[in-house]
Amino acid sequence: MRRLARKLSNILQLGLKELRSLYRDPALLLLILYSFTLGIYASATSLPETPYRATLAVVDEDRSQASRRIVDAFQEPYFLPPQYIDTAAMDSGMDAGLYTFTLDIPPKFQQDLLAGRTPTIQLNVDATQVSQAFTGAGHIQRIVTEEVAEFVRRYRSVEIPVVDALVRMEYNPNLVSAWFGALNEVANQITMLAIILTGAALIREREHGTIEHLLAMPVTPLEIMLAKVWSMGVVVLAAAILSLRLVVERWLEVPLQGSMTLFLAGTVLHLFAVTSMGIFFGTLARSMPQLGLLIILTLMPLQILSGGKTPRESMPEFVQDIMLVAPTTHFIQLAQAVFFRGAELAIVWPSLLALATIGGIFFVGALARLRKSLQ
Amino acid sequence: MNGVAQLAGVGLRYGRTRALDDLDLSIPAGCMAGLIGPDGVGKSSLLALLAGARQIQTGGVQVLGGDMADPAHRRAVCPRIAYMPQGLGKNLYPTLTVFENLEFFGRLFGQAAAERHGRIADLLASTGLAPFAERPAGKLSGGMKQKLGLCCALLHDPDLLILDEPTTGVDPLSRNQFWELIERIRRNRPGMSVLVATAYMDEAQRFDWLAAMDGGRVLACGAPAELLARTGSASLEEAFIALLPEERRRGHRALVIPPHTRSDGVAIEAHGLTMRFGDFVAVDHVNFRIERGEIFGFLGSNGCGKTTTMKMLTGLLPASEGQALLFGQPVDARDLRVRQRVGYMSQAFSLYGELSVRQNLDLHARLFHVPAAERQARIAAMVERFGLAGELDSLPGDLPMGIRQRLSLAVAVIHRPELLILDEPTSGVDPIARDGIWELLIQLSREEGVTIFISTHFMNEALRCDRISLMHAGKVLDSDTPQALMAKRGLPSLEETFIAYLEDAGDSAAPAPPVSPAAAPAESAGAAGNPPFSLRRLLSYSRREAMELRRDPIRATLALLGTALLMFIMGYGINMDVERLTFAVLDHDQTTTSQGYSLDVSGSRYFIEKPPLGGHEDLERRMRGGEISLAIEIPPNFARDLKRGARPQVAFWIDGAMPTRADTIKGYVQGIHESFLEHLARESSQAVASPQAQVAVRYRYNPDVQSLPAMVPAMIPILLMMIPAMLTALGVVREKEMGSIVNFYVTPVTRLEFLLGKQLTYIGLGMANFAMLVALAVLFFGVPLKGSLPALSIGALLYVACSTGLGLLISSVLRSQIAAIFGTAIATLLPAIQFSGLLQPVSAMEGMGALVGQLYPTSHFLTICRGVFNKALGLIELWPYFVPLLLAVPLLTLASVAGLRKQER
Repeated sequence: MRRLARKLSNILQLGLKELRSLYRDPALLLLILYSFTLGIYASATSLPETPYRATLAVVDEDRSQASRRIVDAFQEPYFLPPQYIDTAAMDSGMDAGLYTFTLDIPPKFQQDLLAGRTPTIQLNVDATQVSQAFTGAGHIQRIVTEEVAEFVRRYRSVEIPVVDALVRMEYNPNLVSAWFGALNEVANQITMLAIILTGAALIREREHGTIEHLLAMPVTPLEIMLAKVWSMGVVVLAAAILSLRLVVERWLEVPLQGSMTLFLAGTVLHLFAVTSMGIFFGTLARSMPQLGLLIILTLMPLQILSGGKTPRESMPEFVQDIMLVAPTTHFIQLAQAVFFRGAELAIVWPSLLALATIGGIFFVGALARLRKSLQ
Repeated sequence: MNGVAQLAGVGLRYGRTRALDDLDLSIPAGCMAGLIGPDGVGKSSLLALLAGARQIQTGGVQVLGGDMADPAHRRAVCPRIAYMPQGLGKNLYPTLTVFENLEFFGRLFGQAAAERHGRIADLLASTGLAPFAERPAGKLSGGMKQKLGLCCALLHDPDLLILDEPTTGVDPLSRNQFWELIERIRRNRPGMSVLVATAYMDEAQRFDWLAAMDGGRVLACGAPAELLARTGSASLEEAFIALLPEERRRGHRALVIPPHTRSDGVAIEAHGLTMRFGDFVAVDHVNFRIERGEIFGFLGSNGCGKTTTMKMLTGLLPASEGQALLFGQPVDARDLRVRQRVGYMSQAFSLYGELSVRQNLDLHARLFHVPAAERQARIAAMVERFGLAGELDSLPGDLPMGIRQRLSLAVAVIHRPELLILDEPTSGVDPIARDGIWELLIQLSREEGVTIFISTHFMNEALRCDRISLMHAGKVLDSDTPQALMAKRGLPSLEETFIAYLEDAGDSAAPAPPVSPAAAPAESAGAAGNPPFSLRRLLSYSRREAMELRRDPIRATLALLGTALLMFIMGYGINMDVERLTFAVLDHDQTTTSQGYSLDVSGSRYFIEKPPLGGHEDLERRMRGGEISLAIEIPPNFARDLKRGARPQVAFWIDGAMPTRADTIKGYVQGIHESFLEHLARESSQAVASPQAQVAVRYRYNPDVQSLPAMVPAMIPILLMMIPAMLTALGVVREKEMGSIVNFYVTPVTRLEFLLGKQLTYIGLGMANFAMLVALAVLFFGVPLKGSLPALSIGALLYVACSTGLGLLISSVLRSQIAAIFGTAIATLLPAIQFSGLLQPVSAMEGMGALVGQLYPTSHFLTICRGVFNKALGLIELWPYFVPLLLAVPLLTLASVAGLRKQER
C-alpha cells in the first residue's frame, strides 16, 4: 500500500515538474493558444462548400436572351460571378488555373433551341481540381438544363416528372462545412500537440542528461512515462475543452448535439494513445532534429488520411487498413458520430476500444524501448 | 602598462539579479591577467562582455582600442579576440571530429587550405591531440575537450585570448600540459594578452596580474606578490579570503578532520568490475572495498574510467563483468530501496533548467519521499548549508557553475542517504565554498556514518580523504591512505606522487614539440581577412551542417525515404472520387417497380448496398453508427401511385456530417433519379421528349477525372514544404540550447552568412528530395511530366529556398527546440494541406484561409507543379507564379536576420 502511495506521489510530482517546464516557455504557450483558437477558426471558416465559390468563365458567342439567362443563373455562393471572355482567353485562363470551369455557348444558340435543333453547349472542366471537377460539372449541367427548360417552357408545353425525389440532409441540413472542419481541426490539434509535447519532453531530458539523473533516484521508467502522459494529457485536454466550448460552440456557432461526456471519454483515450505515441517516438529518435522529422512525417498522413479531409471509404483498401493503426482515424469517427449524429455509447464503443488498444500497444512499446534505451 | 581593455561604470543585470555593479577596471596588455573570486561574482559576465558575446547594458567597454558597443568595432576586432566559454567543450560540435572542429573554425576566420592545415597540424602536435584527430569531439575526455577548445581559440592567432575557467574539471596532468602550452604560445607571440578566470589559486599564482572580484565589483588588482603583500598573507588563497568583506568570510575556518574510526561494515565492494564499450575497455577488473563512514577518493586523469565505475555502482550502467555490492547486496538497477539509500551527483549538470532552485529542491525531496513534516525544514537546512538563500527563485541555467554544483550536491544529500557517490562535486566551485562542502562531507561521514565515494582533481581535497585510489586507463594503480602513497614513492606532495604513478603506467606525458614559429604568418588572417561578406565563412557553415548531417545518417534517411513513403501512401490515399458509399433501402412498397428503383442505385459503381432497413428506428440507428451514409425510403403504394400518375415521393436521407461527401452523394442521387425517370418514360413508350439542349462536358488535363494524376504532382509541394522546413527549424535554436551559438556571437561571421550558410546545405538536400519525388511520380506512379522540366526545377529551387527559409525564420525567433518543432508544424501543416489548393482551389477559400492561401508559397508552387505535370506548360505560361516565390525568398531571409541577435542579451 505504501509503495503504491509512493509511486503515485512520484507520478504526481514528476507530472507537476512537466507542467512547470511548460510554463517556463512562453513562446510555446502562445503557440498552443494560437493553435486552439485562431488556428481552428481559420481552418473552419476557410473551407468551401462543394462546389462552393467555383470559378467560371463564359464564352458567349450568342449574346441572346437565352444565353444571358443561363449565365445569370450561376450565383454566389456556389459560383463566383462568371467572367465573360473570348475563345483565346479560354485556354490560357484554364492553363493558368484562373478558371476551373469554362462554358462555351455557341452562336445561334437561342435560334437553334427554339427551332428544336438541340444545340450543344461546351463545358470545359479543369480536371486537376478533382474536388470540384466532378460535382461541379454535374451541378452546371443541371443548372443549364433547368434554365433551358424554363426558357423553353414559355414557348412549349413541358412534361412533369412522374416521381419526386425528396433529398434530406441529416445532422447538418445546410451542409455547413465549418461544422465538420472545426471538429476535425480540434482533433488535429489535439494529436499534434500531444505527440510533440511528450516526444520532445523526453528528448530534452535525454539531451540535458536529466533522465539519467532521475534513474539514479527511486523512480522507475513507468513512473516517468505515466507522469508525462498525465501532465501533457491534462494540458491538451484543457485546451481542447476550452476550444470546443469557446471557439467551436460560441465563436463558430456549431451546434454540438451529442454527449460531451462521451466525447471527453474518447478524448482521454485518444490522448493516452497519442501521448504514448509521442513517447514512443521520443525513444526512437536520438536527437531533437530526428524527432522533428519523425513527427512531421507522421502528422502529415494522420491529418490527411484519417477521414477528416476525404472520406475513408474512397481510399484504397491498403491505405484504409494502414490508417486503422492511427488513433486519429478512430477519434475522428467517434467525434463525428457523437457530435453530429448524437451517437450513444452503444454505437461508438468499437472506436473507444480501438483507441484503448492502440494506446495500450504504444504505451507498452514505449515503456519497453524506454527501459532498453536507458540501460 | 598600456591596457588591452578598459571598463568604466559597467553594470549588468539578469532580471532582478545584479551581475556587475558599476565596475571600473583596466586590464594590462601583453601579459597573463587573471580574474579570481567566488562563484557568481560576475567573472563570466565580465569576460562575455569583453569578448562581445553579451550585449552591454550600462557603462563603457573598450577592447583593443575601440568601443565594444559599436558593431563596426566589434566586427573589426573579433578576429583578434578568441573566447573560450565556461563548461567542458561547450562551443565544440560533438558529432564532428577533432580535425573537423578545427577546420570549421579555420574556415570561419577565412584561412586558406594550406595555411589552415599547417596551423591545425601544429596545434594538434603541440597539444598531444594529434592521435585523436579523427575522434568525435563529444567522445573526448574533459581535459582533451578543453585542449581542443583552446586549439580552436588559438587557430587564428588572437591578440587577446579570453579563457573562462579553462581547467575546471581537468586532471592535474592535463592542467599542467594546458598551461605549458599557453606558455609556449606566448613565447612565440609575446604581444598576445591572455585573460583567464580561474578557481585554482595555484594557477593564479603564476599569472602576471590579478583582479579579485566580489559582488560584481573589483576588490583589488595587481601582481600576485602585491596582493600578498597588501594583505600580509602567505598564500594567494589566504590573501583572497582576507580580501573578502567580513560577512563573506564569516564562518570560514581551517578544516579539521577527525580520524576515521574503523566501523562495523562494508558499504561498497567491487570484485573484478569491468565495463566494455565495444572493443574499448573503459573499466578493467577494478577491485575495492569501502567501509561504512569512510571517505574514499578517486583520483585519475580525465577519461580513465572514474565516471563509468560510479555509474556501475549506481546501477545506471550494467557491468560487463565482475560484481559490485552495495551494503552487501549486488547492485540491481530495479531495486528502488537501494537507490533510496544512495545519493548520486553526476559530473554533468543534470538538474532541471526550467525549475527554480527552490522547485528543484522540493521536487527531489518529494521524489525521495522525505516525510512531509520534515520536508520544509530539510530544504531550509540545505539552503542554509549550501548558501543558496539568495538564489531560491533563480533558474539554474542563469547561475554560475559553482552555485549550480552546490545545488546538485544539495539535491544529492537532501534525503539523508547512507552512501554518497559524488563525481567531481567541487569542479568549478570557489575555494571558500569548496571548504564549506567538505565541512559538510566530513560532518556527514564522522557524525552520521555516511560513506562517501568521491572523485576529484584537487590534490588538497584528495589529501582529506581517508583512502584514495589512483586510477588510470580503466585500472586502479594503487589504493591506500594519501600519506602511505606518498611515503611509498618518497615524494613530498600528492601531486608529484600521482604524476609519478601515471608516468610509470606509461602515460605519454612526453614533452610536446614546441610550436614552430613558422606557424605564425600571423597577420594574414587578421585585418585583411575580414570583409563584410565572405563566401568562405558562409560555406564553412554549410560544410559544417553537411558534416553533421552525414554524421547523423538517420536524419538524412528519414528525410529522403520518409518522403518517398509518404508520397506513396498519400498519392494513393488522397482520393477525391467519392466511391463505395454505403446505402440501404427502406422499401414500404416491396413491388417489382420499387425494387427496380433501388436496383438503379445499387447498380451504380458509386454505391454498395447494405441489408434493407426495417423501419425508421433502424434507419436512425444505422446512420448514427456511420454504417450507412444514404438511406432511400420508398413510400407504400409506390408502384400503384406511379401507374396512376399520382406522383409518389421517394425520400433520400443523407448523412450530412461530412459536407463534401454529402454533396457528392446528393449529386449522384439526382443523376440516378433522372436516369430512372428516363428509363420509365422509355418503358411506358411515351414519346420521349428529347432534351432541348445538350451540354458536352470535356474534362481537360485529366480526362478520366482520376485523383491520382492530380494528387501525385500536388504531393511534391506539400512534402517539399514540410520536410525542408523541419530540417532547418532546429538549425539555430539547437545551437542556442546547446551553447555553440557563442561561436556565432564572437566570430566575424555575419548573421546573413550564418543563416545562408545553414540554408544552403538544406536547399541541397531539398533538391535531392525533389529529384527523387519527380522520379517517383513519373516512373512509379506513371504520371507523365508533360511540360518543361527546367521550369519545374527552377520553381522547386525557389520553393525549397522558401521552405528552408521559413524553418530558419522560426528557428531564429524562438528559443526552445520544442517550441520550434511545434511552431513549424503549425506553420506548415495547416497552410500547406488546407489553404494552398491541394484539395480545394485557393479561389474557393474564404476569410483568413484565403489570405494565407494567396500568400503562402505552396499555393504558387502547386500551380507550377500541376501546370508542368498535367497541363504541359513551361516558364512562359507560368512565370507569374514564380514572382511571389522570388519575392518570398529574400523577405524570409531578411526577417530571419532581423529576428536573430548577434549578441546575447
